[in-house]
Parts: sequence; structure tokens; C-alpha cells
Amino acid sequence: MSEAVAQSCHRVALDGPLTIYTAADSKPKLLEPLQAGQEVEFDLAGVDEFDSAGLQLLILAKREAARLDCRLSLCNHSPAVVELLELSGLASFFGDPLLIQPHSA
Amino acid sequence: MNIDDVLKIFIAESQELLQQMEDALLQIEQNPQDPDLINAIFRAAHTIKGSAGLFGLDTIVSFTHVAESVLDRIRSGELAFDDVLAALFLKVCDHLNGLVSHIAAGLSLDDLDTAAQEQGMSLVASLSQYFAFPLIAPSTADETDAVVAREPGEAPSEHWHLSLRFGPDVLRNGMDPLAFLRYLNTFGRIVHIVTLTEHVPAAADMDPETNYLGFELAFETTASKETIEGAFEFVREDSLIRILPPDSKTVDYIQLINELPEEDLRLGEMLVRCGTLTQAELDDALRKQAEPESPSEPIGQILINEQAVQPPVINAALQKQKQVKESRSAEGNLIRVDANKLDQLINLIGELIIAGAGTQLIAQQSGMAELVESTGVLSRLVEEVRDSALTLRMVQIGTTFNRFQRVVRDVSKEIGKDIVLEITGGETELDKTVVEKIGDPLTHLVRNSMDHGIEPAAVRLERGKPVQGTVRLNAYHESSSIVIEVSDDGGGLNRDRILRKAIERGLVNDGQNLTDKEIFNLIFEPGFSTADQVSSLSGRGVGMDVVKKNITALRGSVELDSVEGVGTTTRIRLPLTLAIIDGFLIGVGKASYVVPLDMVEECIELTSDQSSAARQSRSDYLDLRGDALPFVRLRELFAIDDEPPRRENVVVVNYAGNRAGLVVDQLMGEFQTVIKPLGKIFDNNRALGGFTILGSGSVALILSVPGMISAIAQRQPALSSAAIPTLS
Repeated sequence: MSEAVAQSCHRVALDGPLTIYTAADSKPKLLEPLQAGQEVEFDLAGVDEFDSAGLQLLILAKREAARLDCRLSLCNHSPAVVELLELSGLASFFGDPLLIQPHSA
Repeated sequence: MNIDDVLKIFIAESQELLQQMEDALLQIEQNPQDPDLINAIFRAAHTIKGSAGLFGLDTIVSFTHVAESVLDRIRSGELAFDDVLAALFLKVCDHLNGLVSHIAAGLSLDDLDTAAQEQGMSLVASLSQYFAFPLIAPSTADETDAVVAREPGEAPSEHWHLSLRFGPDVLRNGMDPLAFLRYLNTFGRIVHIVTLTEHVPAAADMDPETNYLGFELAFETTASKETIEGAFEFVREDSLIRILPPDSKTVDYIQLINELPEEDLRLGEMLVRCGTLTQAELDDALRKQAEPESPSEPIGQILINEQAVQPPVINAALQKQKQVKESRSAEGNLIRVDANKLDQLINLIGELIIAGAGTQLIAQQSGMAELVESTGVLSRLVEEVRDSALTLRMVQIGTTFNRFQRVVRDVSKEIGKDIVLEITGGETELDKTVVEKIGDPLTHLVRNSMDHGIEPAAVRLERGKPVQGTVRLNAYHESSSIVIEVSDDGGGLNRDRILRKAIERGLVNDGQNLTDKEIFNLIFEPGFSTADQVSSLSGRGVGMDVVKKNITALRGSVELDSVEGVGTTTRIRLPLTLAIIDGFLIGVGKASYVVPLDMVEECIELTSDQSSAARQSRSDYLDLRGDALPFVRLRELFAIDDEPPRRENVVVVNYAGNRAGLVVDQLMGEFQTVIKPLGKIFDNNRALGGFTILGSGSVALILSVPGMISAIAQRQPALSSAAIPTLS
């Protein structure tokens, strides 16, 4: 997990699976950056595996961010993330622009 | 739980289910209307589909779904099983087996080879013919019938409404709630979904491995309620799953709202968002809910009163729940254990027995009565532990036998003979390792019987036999052996032809005087085939000798009986266990030997007079109460040089009805024997079956009685009654 600070926006690239197997480790990694700035962006391009546990963590992060007055946005959703967001109908919950997949008609 | 472990369970379960499915399919040819069989087939397909969905194995899910749909029609009586359909489903079974073993080999279903893909496609095509209408068309006649047409003003839902609150542990149990949604999408369409996120607690309290998610969804499908319920079979216990059919009464929604843990208003809102209810109806429903009602009636009753579901639907649901419960309780009595763990246990018990024997020896030498007594108790207990440990490995041979139903069915179609398989003694138990290794030899024998044994229909009619040939598999216990018989009511073996061929091949000499049995058993010699025509199945002269070799490797033996024109019986005799036996310890000079106790018939004394009489007459036979008993002197056999004692003993052993005497110095009694295999160098020595370690730490050879008896039997008989010394 690499971090790069660009101006006031704190950008965090998440890499590797975000699933039940990594959930315990991932929780602090998702929550810590929220303390850092007023704008945090998770780059999800590297999330190759994603499941309900990962989804819960993103929900948690989003809610925590709101509590901390931090604006959390998600970008570069990997296909695995897009698929689950569409399946769960939560795309609007996160409110981030999502690339429409060609197959989702 | 690791996903790989779960997958392993899935594979094992699927293979078991497919086996059950195959068995049921084979039976259904005789009994096409049997509802139990049809249900068994349907359940197998259904469960495989359900579990495959959990793993995202879409290829299996979509394929099984097609098969299941046809089965559903059969179950509802719209279609009936016939030979063609049963054969088709056997292929479906094979294809699924192929897919499962593909996964078992650790490969992804995406890189399935084209042959398998084409096979799947052609099967789907053949299955589709059994739909009266295309797959997509609503096949929900039963569903809509069950629900009374909606009156104006009732809830306007065209969709099923599913309320899913997954239990907190589903993630830890290796199941992903979203995978269930994905699975729903395989047989329907999620029209609208609301994911409940409010149960995710504050960051500090949130356990990332606990599931907090719930879903409300509108679902469009042509599948039955059972199918939808079936999707959640694995999480039903600790999750809250509510499924409302399309066109449910408003009161059902009230019920639903009451049942769910969330606040009523929030739920109502979700129902509206899912398009299940309109705002007006929600208001109406909430108002109704506030009014006092008589809530004492059970939900099933209410549903029936409201004509939401008809009694049969409820009964079916209850029936299904009961079945699930029953199968759960049966499962509760069984534990799957890694065979390696069992092997380890048996090995340890083997060591325990050896150590115990050592202790007992020391106790006896010490002469302390108390110590001797307590080691006696100990060794009795060890013996019991050994017996129960060995029974752990015992499995019934029936499963192996039943597999041959398929073989017989397929082969009889292939060679165009009408043959039926009869199975008896399926409950006979034997060691698992033996069961595994006996499959191949049995297959060969069964195929042989079908190919060479059973005559063509015309010949059978001519001989006045029923047109349908019979192959029988039978198993029973006989002393410490299990006997497996493969018999047929075919033409039998032609004695003269075998003898001619044997002479041709130089296996026997022209003038040799052989019994029928000896001649028949010649076909187990390498390179022997009597088939005039070589068929695709057998007759190439490889086979019977391999059968014999396989069985000998299991310390077993094989023999053959045949009556020309009546039939042939092949009898395989195998030891019950391969690890530990009750032995009989005997001594010659300073060396000790073990004979399996079950094969010892009696012990008699051989005085020096008798011994020298036999020696003088150069015969190796004794008169045992009027019968000639061939014997062998272990002293000579093992070239032990020291002088024989004045009194020797004869141990009379019996194997497969043949008796022989072993001349030894000392009888040392019963001994628990842990069989250790001998090195490769002894492979050719048929008289030895292994070795064991005695309590004193010295080594004793285990004599293989079958090997010895056949060695004695091969000696040229030089029998004359005058030469037999009399035993008094």
C-alpha cells in the first residue's frame, strides 16, 4: 500500500485482495488515512479481489469519513469492485463516478 | 475455514451425490415411476447446483440448472423417465463428474477443453428438447395456480420479494452474502436491491470478519419457491431469510415488516423502493398493522386463510424441512476423517502391541504375579483397541459392487447382450485399502464374464436358458478371509480347449494328469487367452494374470470353478486386514515363525519314530485320522542346521479347504502380530508373508499359508498308502 500526498488531497492506492482473508489487516489501513486530511481518495485499481467483507469495510470507511468531516471518494474502481457495487446497488451510496461496464445492460 | 478446505468438501460431496444420482438412475430403468428415486436424482442435482453457486462455479450452475429443470418436470409428472431419458441423465452425470474432477485437479472451469465444452453444449441441447417451451418462457404454471389472482387494491407486485439478513458468521464460514445474490442472478433477475448498511457499527466496534450486511430485493424469476429457498440452504440456520411470492397479500407484507429486525418505517420505505409496495399501500398496511388483530394463528394458517398459498405447498415445504433435518441428524453421526490419520493410528497401535509384548515378557521373567496380572489386563485392552481401530477402516463392499451396475449396463449395450447384474452380500465389510485395490480386478472379471461367459441370445435360447444373462457378485466372510465371487450363467470354460492351448504354449506337458480345477486355473497364467476372437474388452491375453498378480499382492488368492454350459464362478479370497493379525508363534531351533491363527486347525505331536519312518519312506505325508496330510519340515525349508529335538510338533493349517502340516520344534502360542512388509528381494518367496517384531526385540518371519500350501501341492504326488506312517 503506497501513499502519495498531492496537495491537500490524500490519495491512497489500495492493492491486492480486499476480502474476508485480508479484512482484519485492511481495516486499520482503510481507517488511518481518514485521520490525515480533509480529502481522501482511495484508488481501487489494484483491488483484484473483492467480497462482502471488503464492501463492509468501504462502507465503514465512508461512514467514518463523514463522522470525521473528511471527504472520502473512491476512484479507478477495478472490475471486481464495480461488479459488487452494481450487484449490491450501493454505487449511489458512495456517490463516486463509476465507469459503466460494457456488459451491464 | 480456508476456502480450499470448503472446496474439498464440495468436491467430495458432489462426487458422493453424483454417485447417488447414478445409482438412482440405474434403478429407475426398472422402476420409472418411483417417486423416491426421482426425488433422489432431483435432490442430488439441486444440491450440486446450490453448492456450486456458492463457489461461483457458473459453468456447473448453468448446466445443472438445465438438468434440474427437466427433472422438475419429471417430478411434477409432466414427463416420465424412459430409457432414453435415463441414458441422457447418465451422460449428464458423467459430464458433471468430469467438471467436478476438473475442479478437483485444481483447474479453472474457464480453461475446460473444447471436447468437454462441446459435450456440455450437446447435452444442454438434448435436455432442452424436454422443455415443452423455451427456457425463458414462464414455467411457473404451478406457482400462479398456487396464488389466488390479485384483487384490485392488493399489493401490485410482479416480483418476488426477498428479505435477507445474513448471520454474523457467514463470512467466517467461508460464504459470501454477495455470492448468493450472484447465484440468484443465475436463475432470475434482481430487479431492485437495497443493501442495508446501518448495521455496520462504529469503527471501534466493527469486527471486519463479521457480517453486518442485509438485503431487501425484488426478484424476477420463473423458478419455484423451493429453488429460491434452496439457494439459501446453507445459511438458513443462522440467517433470517424471508421470501414472499409475487402477488402476495398486503397482510403478508405486514407480517414481513413485523418479523424483520429493522424499524417498521425504514422497512416500509425499502419495500416501496423495491417496487414491492406503493406508498399508498404502505400507509394502508401500517395503519392495518396498528389495529389489533388475532395473532395467535400460526403463520402457515394465516397464509392459507388468506389464500396466499395452498395447503399442498405448505405441506411440501414442511416435508422438505423435515427431510433436511433428518439428513442433518444422520450427518451428525458421521465424521469425515482423513485416511492418513487412521493409518497413523493403526501404525501406533502396531507399535503399542510390540511394546506391550515386550513388557509382558519382562513381567513374566520377573515372576511378580501382580505385574503379570496387570500386564495381562493391559494386553487385553490393547487387543480391544486394536480390534476397534481396525473396524474403523472397515467399509462395506456394497458401494464397490453397486458401481458395477453401471459397468454391466454400459458393456451390455456395447456388446449387444441383455445382461443383468445381481448383487448379494453387499453388507460384507473389509478393509478400505483392500476395497480400493479390488476394483480393477473385479472390473476385469465382470467384463470377462460378460464378454466371454454369457453366450449370445441365440445360443442361449438354443441351450434352453433365459435370454437375459446374469452376472452375480457375492461376498461373504470365511474364517479370517473375505470371499468375493463373480459368477455368470454363461457357457462355462471348455476344459479341452484350455488344455490344448496350455500344451501349445508349453505351460503343461502332454502327459500331465491334471484335475479340472487345475486346468481351469491355468487361465491365470501369463499370456493365456482362450478367446478365438479378440474383442475390444478382453481376450488379448493380458488380464487374468494381472488380476491374479493384483490379488496376490493383497495377500489374497483367486480360483475358478466352471461347468461347461452352466456357468463360471471366480472366487477371490482376501485377508480381512492388512495390518495386524492374531498370530500363532512357533519355533524351529532358535528361530521363531508366525502363522495366522485363523488358519491353524490343530496341533499334533510327531514322535521321532514317526518322523524317521516318514523320512525313510521318503514321503512327506502323514495319516491324519485316515486322511493323507502333506507336510513340510520348516527345519529343512529354512535350512536350519542344528539337531531336531526328540519330539517335534505338526501344526495343521487350512486354507481354502486345503490342509497341510508344518513340522516345527516348539509351539509357543498365540501372539498379536503386527505385519511388517519384507523387502523387494523376498518378492519371489511365496512362503513368506512378512515379518514381525517379538516382545524380546527379535524378528520372526510370518509364514504365508496360501503360498506354502500351493508350494506343497505342486510337489509331484508320489502317493502310496504303504508309505504313510501311522499316527497314533
